[in-house]
Amino acid sequence: MTYTQDDRARLGLRESATFDRATIAGIQRAAETGIYDIRGWGAKRALPHFDDLLFLGASMSRYPLEGYRERCGTDVVLGGRHAKHPLHLEIPVTIAGMSFGALSGPAKEALGRGASEVGTSTTTGDGGMTPEERGQSKYLVYQYLPSRYGMNPDDLRKADAIEVVLGQGAKPGGGGMLLGQKISERVASMRTLPQGIDQRSACRHPDWTGPDDLTIKINELRELTDWEKPIYVKVGATRTYYDVKLAVAAGADVVVVDGMQGGTAATQDVFIEHVGIPTLAAVPQAVQALSELGVHRKVQLIVSGGIRTGADVAKAMALGADAVAIGTAALIALGDNNPKYAADYEKLGSAAGFYDDFQDGRDPAGISTQDPELAARLDPVDAGRRLANYLRVLTMEAQTIARACGKAHLLHLEPEDLVAVTIEAAAMARVPLAGTSWIPGAGL
Amino acid sequence: MDSMTRRAGAQRPGDPTQFDLSATPLRDVNAALHTPGLSGEFLITNPAGAHNVAVGLDAPVRVQIDGHVGYYAAGMNKQAEVIVDGNAGTGVAENMMSGTVWVKGNASQSAGATAHGGLLVIEGDAAARCGISMKGVDIVVGGNVGHMSAFMAQSGRLVIRGDAGEALGDSIYEAHLYVRGDVASLGADCIAKEMRAEHHEELGRLLKAAGFEDDDTSTYTRYGSARQLYHFHSENTSVY
Repeated sequence: MTYTQDDRARLGLRESATFDRATIAGIQRAAETGIYDIRGWGAKRALPHFDDLLFLGASMSRYPLEGYRERCGTDVVLGGRHAKHPLHLEIPVTIAGMSFGALSGPAKEALGRGASEVGTSTTTGDGGMTPEERGQSKYLVYQYLPSRYGMNPDDLRKADAIEVVLGQGAKPGGGGMLLGQKISERVASMRTLPQGIDQRSACRHPDWTGPDDLTIKINELRELTDWEKPIYVKVGATRTYYDVKLAVAAGADVVVVDGMQGGTAATQDVFIEHVGIPTLAAVPQAVQALSELGVHRKVQLIVSGGIRTGADVAKAMALGADAVAIGTAALIALGDNNPKYAADYEKLGSAAGFYDDFQDGRDPAGISTQDPELAARLDPVDAGRRLANYLRVLTMEAQTIARACGKAHLLHLEPEDLVAVTIEAAAMARVPLAGTSWIPGAGL
Repeated sequence: MDSMTRRAGAQRPGDPTQFDLSATPLRDVNAALHTPGLSGEFLITNPAGAHNVAVGLDAPVRVQIDGHVGYYAAGMNKQAEVIVDGNAGTGVAENMMSGTVWVKGNASQSAGATAHGGLLVIEGDAAARCGISMKGVDIVVGGNVGHMSAFMAQSGRLVIRGDAGEALGDSIYEAHLYVRGDVASLGADCIAKEMRAEHHEELGRLLKAAGFEDDDTSTYTRYGSARQLYHFHSENTSVY
C-alpha cells in the first residue's frame, strides 16, 4: 500500500530536506545508468521571479486609463539603431528561438502561424530555416549559432532579423545537443550530420572570440545583407551588465537576455539548475548597462525566461525591457503537457504537467519529436490558433495592468510602478520592498 | 603585383572594373559586388587589411584583391572566384557555399570555417582551426596548419601539404583529411585510415585543382573519424 501524507505523519516518517525523494531518485538513477540526466524545459527550482513584484495601481496621485475606452498601445519597433528595415511588431511578445529538429515540422509551422496572426515574430533555432517556417512566419528571426547548421547566405537574406546567439538561459556556456533519436533523415541532412548520432554542438563560435571579433562579425553580417536586417545579440543571463555593454559596443541593434528559467530542448539537468541567474536579477543589470551607454530604448532589450502571464510581460517591461520572448509557454499553448495525453505520459514514466523529456523524441503531444506519427497529432492550424489566443491574452492582461497604472502604452511602464514583496526580489529588481522606500543594496 | 598596379592606374576596355579601397568605402564596393545579374572581372586595390572584403558574393564573377585582407574575406561566397594576392585574416571564406577562394599568401585562423561547398586554396600556411566545423568544402593548404584544425569537421575534404598542429580532427564527423607532413597529435576520435584507390583518386583531383598535381599521393596519410564518439557513453568521459 502507499501511505498518505497523514499516514506518514502518524508513523513519524520524516523526509530529509537535503535528501528529499527527488534527490534520492536522482542518485539511484545515476548509479543505475552511469550517465547524467539530460532533459528539456528550464530551471525547475523555486527562484525569485516576477511573482514577487506587484504594481502600484493609480488612485489619487496617478490617473488610471479607462479599461475599455482609452487606448493602450502595444506595438514595438526593434532594430532601428543601424538596420534599414527594423521590425515593427504589433505586440511586444515574441517567440523565442527553437529549432526544427528539437521541434517537429508541424510545431514550427504552428509557431509561425500563431505569431503571424497577432503580428509578432518567431525565431529559427540550431538547425537552419525550413521553408514551412519561413512561409508561415510574417516576421522571422534567423539565429546565427556556433554550429552554423544549415547556415547559408540565402536564408540569411530571407530573414527579417538576425540573432547572433552567444548563449541561452538554460545553459549559459553550453552548446547545443540533440540526441540520436531525433536526428531523422531530414534533420541530419539539414545539419550535415550522420543520421541517428548524438549531436555534439560547439559552445563557441568557430570564427570569432570575444567582443572585438564580434564587432567585425556583426559588420560582416551587415555587409552580407546590405545593412537591411536588425542584428540581435542573445546572451544567457550571467554577467549580464558586462555582456550587454559588450554587445552594444559590438554593434547590436537589439540585445536578448535569457534568464535561467528559459527553456531548452536538451541539456544536462545539473546545467539547467545550477548555471545562470534568474530572469528577475538580469533585467535591471541589462537596463543599467543600456542606460549608462545612453542607448536604453535605442538598442532594444528583449527579455525571456519564465514569462507566463500578461503580468510577467508588464513587469519585465516596467523594469525596462522593450519586449519579451516566450518559449516554454508557447509550447504549452500549442498543446504541450496537455492532460488529454495523460495515459501516454504515464507510459513514458511522466505525467501531464511534469513532462520535460523533450530530448527523447517521444512527445505524446507531437511537439518535441521527429516521429512522423506523433508529429501528425499536432494540427498546425489549430495549434497556431491556440498560440494566437494565448498571445492575445498576454497582451490584454499587460494592457489591463498598464491602464491601471495610467499608461497609454506598454512601453510607458516604469520601475516606479513596481514594488517587491520579498527582500530578495527587491534587491534583484531594484524596486522598494512594498510599503517601504527600502531597496536593498541601493546606494552601495 | 606590378602588372596589377599598372592596370589599376590606367583602365582600358576589357580590363577588370576597379575599386580602390583607399578611396572607395567598403560598403560601396560590397554593394556593387551584390548587384543582381553581375558578371565580369573586378580588381580591388589597397585593401590594407580591411575586414569583410567581398563578402556575400553570389555571381559567376572573378574578383582579385591586390594585397592583404582582414577578417572574413569572401565570407559566405557563392559562385564567385575570389583571389587574395596577399595574406588573409581570420575566417577567410567562412561558410562558403560554392565557387573558389584562392589565397596566395598565408591565412590566419578559422580559414574555411563551417564552409558548405566550393574550393579554398591557401598557398602558404593556415593558422589554428583551419576547416573548423567544415560542412562540405574542399580546402587545400600548401603549407602547414595550426592546432585544432578540422575540429568537428562534418563533411568535405582538407588537404595539408605540410604539417598539422596539435589535436587535428578533434571530434571529427565524416570529413576526409589528407596530410603529407607530420601531425603533432590527433584529436579525440580522429584516426589514421587506409588510403584506398578512391582516396588516391580524390586526393589527386584536389591537388590538381589547387595546382599541386606533381605531388605523389602515396606520400599522404588519410585521417578520419573512428566513430567511437557518435553516441554518448559515460565510459568515454576520459577522452573529452
